[in-house]
Order: sequence, then structure tokens, then C-alpha cells
Amino acid sequence: MSILINRETRVVTQGITGKTGAFHTRLCRDYANGAACFVAGVNPNKAGEDFEGIPIFATVKEAKERTGANVSVIYVPPPYAAGAIDEAVDAGLDLVICITEGVPVRDMIATRNRMRGKKTLLVGPNCPGVITPDEIKIGIMPGHIHKKGRIGVVSRSGTLTYEAVGQLMDLELGQSTCVGIGGDPVNGLKHIDVMKMYNDDPETEAVIMVGEIGGEDEEVCARWIKEHMKKPVVGFIAGVTAPPGKRMGHAGAIISGGKGTAAEKLAVMEACGIQVTRNPAEMGKLLRSVL
Amino acid sequence: MNIHEYQGKEILRRFGVATPRGFPCFSVAEADEAARRLGGKVWVVKAQIHAGGRGKGGGVKVAKSLAEVHEFASGILGMRLVTHQTGPEGRIVHRLLIEEGADIRKELYVGMVVDRASQRVALIASSEGGMEIEEVAAHAPEKIHKLTIDPVAGLTDAQAEEMARKIGVPDASIAQARLFMHGLYRAFIECDASLAEINPLILTGEGRVLALDVKLNFDDNALFRHPELVALRDLDEEDPAEVEASAFGLSYISLNGNIGCLVNGAGLAMATMDVIKLFGAEPANFLDVGGGATTEKVTEAFKLMLKNPKVEGILVNIFGGIMRCDTIAQGVIAAAHEVNLSVPLVVRMRGTNEELGRAMLRESGLPIISADNMADAAQKIVAAVRE
Repeated sequence: MSILINRETRVVTQGITGKTGAFHTRLCRDYANGAACFVAGVNPNKAGEDFEGIPIFATVKEAKERTGANVSVIYVPPPYAAGAIDEAVDAGLDLVICITEGVPVRDMIATRNRMRGKKTLLVGPNCPGVITPDEIKIGIMPGHIHKKGRIGVVSRSGTLTYEAVGQLMDLELGQSTCVGIGGDPVNGLKHIDVMKMYNDDPETEAVIMVGEIGGEDEEVCARWIKEHMKKPVVGFIAGVTAPPGKRMGHAGAIISGGKGTAAEKLAVMEACGIQVTRNPAEMGKLLRSVL
Repeated sequence: MNIHEYQGKEILRRFGVATPRGFPCFSVAEADEAARRLGGKVWVVKAQIHAGGRGKGGGVKVAKSLAEVHEFASGILGMRLVTHQTGPEGRIVHRLLIEEGADIRKELYVGMVVDRASQRVALIASSEGGMEIEEVAAHAPEKIHKLTIDPVAGLTDAQAEEMARKIGVPDASIAQARLFMHGLYRAFIECDASLAEINPLILTGEGRVLALDVKLNFDDNALFRHPELVALRDLDEEDPAEVEASAFGLSYISLNGNIGCLVNGAGLAMATMDVIKLFGAEPANFLDVGGGATTEKVTEAFKLMLKNPKVEGILVNIFGGIMRCDTIAQGVIAAAHEVNLSVPLVVRMRGTNEELGRAMLRESGLPIISADNMADAAQKIVAAVRE
């Protein structure tokens, strides 16, 4: 097993013909079982054509009906991204992974509200995607730095996720599934949602949880871990040196009203029994020490 | 994006939110004229900068005569206003707001934010206006009331009235308070605001409900559909380095330390700052070059960092991944040549063709120090700067 995606997953790509979508679709198709997994693309203006052999449909619904796609990945530009999520949710897919960066918060509030009571899960927006190493990669992360194993990695940041994976690989520790949940304030799966999946996944043995300043998601997850998690979790929070009131790249990475500081998050995580490190170069070593 | 108080009030008035009458002024003569046009016996002279705490810093004065308006406007325009939000260097005041004086009977607080937990807009209100809401939260949390707004139904009359009563609006003014909150919510949604604060919202002797101070922030991601808001941007209020960086697609924030850092990805950039601090130095900036660390972008990033006289060393931390390390090395070498690099440079890169990239740095003839990992890189740059 793994979480969220595996070799059986069938993917429809929304925005397959754009520059980013085309580039990353090629890399995803060439990774592990990608050629079998990436079955469809969507572009209403190019329905009936194909992208290097991947058929293009007018709608997500049609792509699902014709190819059995159950997961979508979105690369469409920010003004249309929330609408693309809505379309995938309405088509009844299991999971939507929205890579697009810069989606207006108001759009996401409306989209998340529409998703209430629906079965579709959302990862992102503004995220690197999800990878189950040696099976399938959906998103923009470099596939070759991963290998199959038993460690889960969940993070709000792209390159910091790769950093954690790189450190695991230096110690020859593979990963079950790595999930980049994204850096926006209103988004899909949170740390806690992914942590619950790792807890239930027999192939995941331990988890690295990477957080950053802003919001309270890490604290919420830490409290859940204290009560329910059966597996070791180690953590790092980026932004100890970040000044209050400044948006540190990600829309969600901002300390506001004295809330969401790294120090506060680290304190709560430690109080909940999670081993944390202040040194981002030590995430892998810390994880190994708890195995 | 932030705007000035007077701009926020102009926007809110368009949505039916009542504010005192007033005019923005860019000179003392304009301030004199504004006060005459407003009439009355009391005026308020308010410095317009993008920071709170202006009153305590001497940037807000109540004038009881036209002569006092003239005197206060002369004193405040051009002053270096220091508040707890500006940092010790303060801000030069370039604009004033001249407003009619208000008969304040009660000061309340009303704010709106995007609530991450409920994924909705939250209305926050308190009977304790005129001080920072964080202070109220610390000392009297029971006096802060919060409700979240259904994005389809919007703020309901019942919600608005309930909130007005909770913060002590008297019966006679409830209808006005309800209209006030409706207007604020409509403005928040239609302008893609990320934060709205009315602090204080006042009740006057005549029972009117007015926004005495207004703070509005907007969602940068939504500015593409608000050219009218982009036009309100005041570059005097922004760090010139940050403005320059954004023109090159770089995300840059000035900090106070001596180690410049250039990183790809916001999370890794923050982590790099943290590891510099961990090994005893302070970062001079946050700098995310984004996904495509091209030679041009890296060169511009170097130029930006080196404009800061405090920078004594630079740490480059790139997790290449899909990007190849030889491409990154090429960019770093070209940039170092172009800017005549005069401070120590430590480069840590990881990804495809790592060895090739390192060899290129080694053979470049430039004094570039290679590092194996983030901690090694931080230690090396801290040591190099101390030499």
C-alpha cells in the first residue's frame, strides 16, 4: 500500500497543453508506471486531439467516463484554477492535485465550500504534488531523488520536501508516499489529514512532518498525534528567523497578530511528544534515530 | 498589498460604510484648504503611512483652530514617524488626512480576516476599541467575539445584529451597525481583501456609527482583477529592494543580518535563514529565486544582495531537482563575474549533475567555497565572514 496514489491510479491532466503542464506531464509519464497511469488530458479547444499519445477530452467528466481516470492534476493558470477544481469535484474524482500557484483566496473559499459533503479530496493549490516512489509521481517534484520505502514525508513547502527526501536518501531510507500540501492559507488536505492516512497505512513506519510559519495547522496536527498516532513522527518548522507581518514567499507563510511563529509551533510539537530539530540539515538523522 | 487609511475610507464609503468626512493632502497649503472646506471647530491631522501606532508616535493631532491645523500639518508632513510597526528607522510622512473632528462616545473594534481553520471569512468584534486587538486578546479574551460567514449566504442580518449587540451597540444604533457590517463584508469580498480592521469604530453623541480608522490589506494573488487597487500602491511605503526584486520575479525581503542568501523555494529559503542563525550569524535577507534559477535571475539576485552594505558574505543554497546543477553553476559563475564579487561565497547545490556543477565552480578561478549540505554551508559562510 501507500497513501492517496499508487500504480493503479489513473490520472487526467487539466492544463496538459500549456507549457508547464506539457513539461511536467512528460516527466510524470516517464516516471515508473507513468505511461500506464497518465491516461487523459483536458482542453475544451483541443478535444479529440492528443498530447503525445495521451487523448485530450473537452471535459473532466468525459475523460473519466472514457478512460477511468480517478485523479486529476491541475496546471491551469491562477484565474481558472479554482474553476478547474470545481469541474473535477463535480465529475466525482477521488482526488484533485492542484499545482497552480497564485490562486486568489476568495476563489478557494468558494471552492472549498462547494466541496463540503463531496467525496473528492484536494491537495494544494500551490503545491509540488504527491509521489509514491517507484510507482507513480503526480506533480513537479524531481522523481529520481526518491525511492520506495517506509517513511512518509508531509510538508507545506516544495524544495524543503525535496531536502527532507534527499537527507533520507543519504541514509538509504526510502519513502512510502510524499505529500506536498502547499503553502496557501485556504487549501485542501492539511498536515492532520495526511498524518491520519500515514497512521493507517501499513507500509508507512515513521513520518517527517515539515511545517512553516503561519496558521495553526501544525499545532492541530501535533495534538492529534499525541492522542492517536501509533508511529514515530519527527518535525522541523521553517521560519524561526522570519519577521512578523512579512509574507515569506508563500501566501500562508506570514506571522500575524503574534500568531503562527515557529517558536510556538515547535513548543506545541515538543509538548505533544514529537521530536523536533532546529537544524534543517538534521531532519533525516533525527528520523533515523527514532526508528 | 497595503493601502493608506484615506484610500481605505474612500473604498469603504463606496460600499455604504460611514466615516468622518475628510480629504487627503500632500502639502500644508492643501491641509489649510481642506480644513476650510470641512468647516466646523475641530479637525484631526493624521499622518498617512502604512503602519499602525501613528498616534503614539506623534503622527495624529487634534486641532481646535485653523491655525493649529496649519501648525500640526507643518510639523507632521516630512517628519520621520517612528512607531512600533516601522522599526527604529521610521517612515517619512508624505501624505496627510485632514478630517472633521468626531464626538466620540464609545470606541469599538470590528475586523474581518480569512479564517484558515473554517476556510471562511471571519467577523471579529470587540467592545474594546482603540487599542490593539492582540492586547485585548491577551488581557480580556472574553471581550472578543468571532463568527464565520457562509460564502453563499453572506453575512446575515441576524449575525450582524447579534454581533452589534454583543459589543454594546445601543438599540437605537443597531440598524446603522448592521448596515456598516454588511458594507464592510461586501467591500471585503468584492475587493479580495485579506484583512480589514476598523479600529476604532465609534459611536458618536448623536448615535452615529463611524469608521474612525481603517486598515485594508488585499490578496496579492487577486490583484490581476483589480487594476483600480493596484493604482493605489504607494512605492514610498515599500522597501526599494523589494520593489526592484519583484520586477525580476524574485521574492525578496530585507532583514538586518550580514549573510546574504539566495535559495530556490520559499520554505527552503526560510530554512536557510534559520540555519545561518543556528550557527551564530544573522541572515541579511530572504530571497527565493523560484523554480527557474536562470543566469539572469541569479545575476539580478546577486546585484540586489550586494547593494546592501551590511552583506559580508553570500550563501547560495539550491536544491536542483529537475534543474541541472551545471546550469546553476553556470549562472552563479556568470553572476559572480558580472558583479565583481568581493565577498566570500559559499555554494551548496544538490540535484542532477551535482559533480559536474561542483567541478565547474572549482575550475572557475573564483574564490567559491563548495559545501556538502545546508549545515556545512552555513558553518562555512559564518567562518568565512569572521576571518
